[in-house]
Amino acid sequence: MRRVLKLALQKPELAATLLLVIIIIVFQVRSNGVFLTYDNIRGIMGFLPEMALVAVGVTLLMIAGEFDLSVGSVFALSPMTMAVLMMNGWAFWPAFAIGLAVCVVVGLVNGWVTISFDIPSFITTLGMMFMARSLTVVVSGGFPPRLDFEQIPEHLFVAYVGPGEMFRASFIWFVCISVIIGLLLSRTNFGNWVRATGGFLPAASAMGIPTQRVKLACFVICSVLAGLAGIIQVLRLGSPLPSLGMGYELQAVSAAVIGGTSLSGGIGSIIGGIIGATLIRVIDNGMVMSQINGTWFQFAVGALTIFAVVGNAWLRKRGRAMKVETDKK
Amino acid sequence: MTQPIIEVRNLHKWYSGVHAVKGVTLDVRPGEALGLVGDNGAGKSTLINILSGLHRPDEGEILVEGKPVNIRTPKDAMALGIETIYQYNSMVPIMSIARNLFIGREPLKFSIGGLGWLDLKKMREASVQAIADVDLHLRSPDALVGELSGGQRQGVAIARAMHFKSKVMILDEPTNHLSVKETAKVIGFVRGLKEQGVTAIFISHNMHHVFACCDRVVAMALGKIVLDKRVSETSIDEVHEVL
Repeated sequence: MRRVLKLALQKPELAATLLLVIIIIVFQVRSNGVFLTYDNIRGIMGFLPEMALVAVGVTLLMIAGEFDLSVGSVFALSPMTMAVLMMNGWAFWPAFAIGLAVCVVVGLVNGWVTISFDIPSFITTLGMMFMARSLTVVVSGGFPPRLDFEQIPEHLFVAYVGPGEMFRASFIWFVCISVIIGLLLSRTNFGNWVRATGGFLPAASAMGIPTQRVKLACFVICSVLAGLAGIIQVLRLGSPLPSLGMGYELQAVSAAVIGGTSLSGGIGSIIGGIIGATLIRVIDNGMVMSQINGTWFQFAVGALTIFAVVGNAWLRKRGRAMKVETDKK
Repeated sequence: MTQPIIEVRNLHKWYSGVHAVKGVTLDVRPGEALGLVGDNGAGKSTLINILSGLHRPDEGEILVEGKPVNIRTPKDAMALGIETIYQYNSMVPIMSIARNLFIGREPLKFSIGGLGWLDLKKMREASVQAIADVDLHLRSPDALVGELSGGQRQGVAIARAMHFKSKVMILDEPTNHLSVKETAKVIGFVRGLKEQGVTAIFISHNMHHVFACCDRVVAMALGKIVLDKRVSETSIDEVHEVL
């Protein structure tokens, strides 16, 4: 029993899960029961995948021990590329593929520069953040293109589907991708390598793990998920703005950290990142529903980030301090 | 004379202008426990890093069981049966014992192009067995390596090397930062290797540890071998003398 409790206390996503439950209860009470109504939940979940997909990618990369600050810009660059191509007469799917290919290139450049010049990914991707944002404006030519809705397979991305039209199609994408990335991390040898690479690089490379390729793969996955999330948002809005996704890079880091991911790599979980992203969305929505001045949103996210990390550290310490013999009697 | 398991011929290595290993020639016989001693910067670690695939020699030749080999990566060394246990610990503290035991060599249920689904059950069972085989008794393979004591960690590292049937085990300062009791345990592990027919290269700057578990002592100073004698034919004082 103690052993189970000890393991539970050391789960990185525990603090965030508790916070999420508490905050939902608070909002439910404060909003006089409006918060947990069908329409409101549907609204939150329709919007959630866009932020959460970015958070999933960033979480994976952070577990591998690297950062990506360029996700917010990629979030805009990818759909902008797609939309401009469609304006020039391309069909949806080829334009979609090129949009994602741009993300692959950005991810490869981020990873390649970071690894081969041995510089912090914080710097590489900070530079890429500005470059990709600028490219977005260049590609758009200053005039945001409008998407031709005739050409978009809306039912595959943003239309409401499922029983009671509860979810947007994007939610299904999000769930499937999260499950795949989650399993990749916890159930495959690749996941083992990611954790080892982020957890203790010298040991990982001494054990023959191709740490550079592992990091490169994580950079690419992170970038592609950010681009896909951006495309989903643009398909919902109908037109890409060059300012799309601004600030998402830090919200994604917040989400990952709230969900228990360590800044120094190795520790964290995909579900934690998702819970973190959900928390941010719930606060955003719940404040409106409880008629709290919305300008407090960023304050709340900031306070929550600090609080969650402090809470996590405290819980983990309690867990570690619980005496369980490692030797067999 | 039996065929040496590892032969090193005239090995040279420069590190950014420093001549760290200057023409080392060394035979390691199968089944022996060789103690490699020397001051910091004597070239012990460089020699070991070359044998374990972390660095490549600038000059010289390495033969394993009589065949010339080219050890480019740690994977190459492991494939030849050379396993290294490093002083900074070759474990990832935030991962479980079972996962650490199989880092880079995970048993898979199925795989495509080298990536595949972990056989977690096999990992847990095999790690319990491997740990029991080195006479270490840990309650759960799910415990994090970071929660183990230094001695237990070295035990797990040795269990890992044994599990993968390595022929040569290189232990780089395994007794550093260990308590007296744990040091005794690690020395016990090294002695146990002999019975299992595993060749050991034990690096330490503590003479007493080397004399407690090795058959032969090789001393290095300034990138060269300055002494190579059987433990029974030399003394701690003599080794200190040449260093």
